[in-house]
Amino acid sequence: MAMEKKKILEELKRKFPQEIKETSTLFRDETLVIDGDSILEIVTFLKNEPYEYTMLLDLTCVDYKGQEPRFEMVYHLFSLSRNHRLRIKTRLSEKELSIDSLTSLWNNANWLEREVFDMFGIHFKGHPDLKRIFMYDGFEGYPLRKDYPLRKRQPIIPLRK
Amino acid sequence: MPTRIQKEAKKENILLNMGPSHPAMHGTIRVMLELDGEKIVNSEVEVGYLHRGFEKICENRTYFNLLPYTDRLNYVSPLINNLAYVMTVEKMLGLNVPERAQYIRVIMNELSRISDHLTCIAAMAMECGAFTVFLYKIKAREFIWDVIEETTGARMTTSYIRIGGVKADLHPDYENSLKKAINETRKVLKDVDGLLSKNKIFLNRTRDIAVLTPEEAISYGWTGPCLRSTGAYYDVRKAHPYLVYDLLHFEIPLGERGDNFDRYYVRMKEMEQSLRIIEQAMEKMPKSKRPSSLMADGMEPAKAIKLSRKKRVEEKIRLSPNLRGSEKEVYQDILTDDKRYIIPPKEDLYTSIEGIINHFKFFMKGHGIRPPKGEVYFSVEGGNGELGFYIVSDGTDKPYRLHLRGPCFHIVSAMEKLIKGRYVADIIPTFGSFNMIGGELDR
Repeated sequence: MAMEKKKILEELKRKFPQEIKETSTLFRDETLVIDGDSILEIVTFLKNEPYEYTMLLDLTCVDYKGQEPRFEMVYHLFSLSRNHRLRIKTRLSEKELSIDSLTSLWNNANWLEREVFDMFGIHFKGHPDLKRIFMYDGFEGYPLRKDYPLRKRQPIIPLRK
Repeated sequence: MPTRIQKEAKKENILLNMGPSHPAMHGTIRVMLELDGEKIVNSEVEVGYLHRGFEKICENRTYFNLLPYTDRLNYVSPLINNLAYVMTVEKMLGLNVPERAQYIRVIMNELSRISDHLTCIAAMAMECGAFTVFLYKIKAREFIWDVIEETTGARMTTSYIRIGGVKADLHPDYENSLKKAINETRKVLKDVDGLLSKNKIFLNRTRDIAVLTPEEAISYGWTGPCLRSTGAYYDVRKAHPYLVYDLLHFEIPLGERGDNFDRYYVRMKEMEQSLRIIEQAMEKMPKSKRPSSLMADGMEPAKAIKLSRKKRVEEKIRLSPNLRGSEKEVYQDILTDDKRYIIPPKEDLYTSIEGIINHFKFFMKGHGIRPPKGEVYFSVEGGNGELGFYIVSDGTDKPYRLHLRGPCFHIVSAMEKLIKGRYVADIIPTFGSFNMIGGELDR
C-alpha cells in the first residue's frame, strides 16, 4: 500500500516535471507543490482516469505573512476508487492574488472559493458569483489574514456607547 | 447591493425570503426564493449568520485551550468534534493512546453519532407534522445524554476527549446507564420505524424529492449519511480506520435513490449499527485498574500538602468530586504516558516538585503542547460526514492556521440545486434531511 502511494507522487512528478516543483510526505500525508498557473491542468488530469480523484475534499488558504510569495492555496483531493488523499499546494504572490477557479470541475468549489475570497481576498478567475459568504457586504478587510486584528469590530449597526 | 437572485429574477415571479429566522428552519440560514406560484424557479442560499470566527480564534489560542471551542461546532455531537481535533494534533505529535481510552472514545463517538441522527430525524419529522416522533426521539436522546453527562460532566459542551486520551475514566455505574440507553434507543427506533417508514404522509413528502445522483453528490463533496443515501460507498471509519474501528464489526448502510427518504432511512440504519458498535466496544474494552474505594477516602489535600514539605506522600489523597475518574491510578488507562502532553495528576501536583514543574510546563505561555513544524490533515466520520481538521504548525504552542472541513458546508451548498423546480413545502423535509448545524456550517 505504502509502495503504491509513493508511486503516485513519482508518476505525477514524471508526468509534469515542469509544473510540479516538489513532492513530499509529512505525517503520512502526500503533498504536491505546484506552479499556480498549472492548477487547472493538473487537477483536471488527476480527476480523470487513471487516478480518479473525484472528490474535492477541502480547499483553503494559509497566510504566511512576511514571506514571499505570501499566500498558499491548499487543496485536498480524494480518490474513492484508490482510497487515497492528496494535498496540492501552490503559492500566490501578494501582487497578483488570483488563481483559476475550480468551479468547472467541482460544484462545491463554488462555496469553498467564496469562503477563501471572503477570508483572504483571493480572486478566482472564472468563478460565476464571487462574493462574500460568511461576512456581510460592506465588510472591510479580510479577517483570516494575519494582519487583521483579532478583536477588531465592524458592526453593521453602531455599538451602543 | 442586490443579490444574484434579485438581478436574475423575472418580473412576473415573486421573490420570497425564507429565514434567517423561520420556525421551520432550525438554524439561521436564509433562502431567497423566486416563485412562480408555489413552484421554486430559482433560489439563493445565504449562510454566515452564525459565523463566530472559529478559525481566527483558534489561531490565537494554545492547542490545549482551543479544545472547548470545538464543542461549539456541531453542538449536537460535540464529542466527535473533540475527537477530530484531538486526533489531528495527535497525528502530528505521534502519540499513542492507551487501549481503554480508545474504546472509551469509540463509545462516546458512537453515542454522539446516535444523538446527532436522532436530533436530525426528530426535527425533520416534526417539521413534517409528526410531533410524536420528535418526542420519542428526544426521549431516547435524553437517555444517551445521561450516559454522556455521567462520565463527562456535561451534556453538550463536553471537552471530554483530550490530547493523549480522555479527561476521566468512565463512571463506575456507566454499564447500567449505557445498557438502559441502548435498550431505550432500540425501542424508540422500532417505534419510529413503525410510525414513519411506511407512513403515507411522510413518504409523500420525502420519496423521490430532492434526488441527487452519486456522481453529483461526490462533485458537491458530500460525505457521511447524505452521500451514502445516494449509494456511494464511503465512510471514513472503513476507508481510513482510526481508533479501534478495524477491530469492530459493523456495516455501512447504503441508500438507493438519494432522495429525502433515503437520507432519513440511512440515518435510521446507521443508528442500529452504532448501537452494535457500542455493545462490542463495551465487551472488548480492557478492564480499568481503577481502585474500588470511593473518592471520599484518603488524606485531606491540605494535610498532604503540609506533609509533602517534609517527605514524599505515599498515601492516597482525597480529591474534589469534580475530578472523579481522573485519579492518579487511572491515568495509565486513559492517558498517554508522555508527560509533555498531559496535565499531571493532581496528587502529584499537590505534593511533588516534578508534578509542579510538569504542570507549569504544560500551562505556561510558550511552553505546553508544541507540535513539530508542518501541516497535517486528519478526519473522522462525524454525524454529518467527514469532519476534518487541517492544521499548520510553526513549532510554537499555538496553531499557525487551523481550518475545519465541516461536512454541512458541502451538503448545504447543494441545496439550491435540490430545491429547484420543487414546491415551497418540499424545502422543509429537504432541509431537515441535511441535518444542517449552524455552528459547523458557519464556524
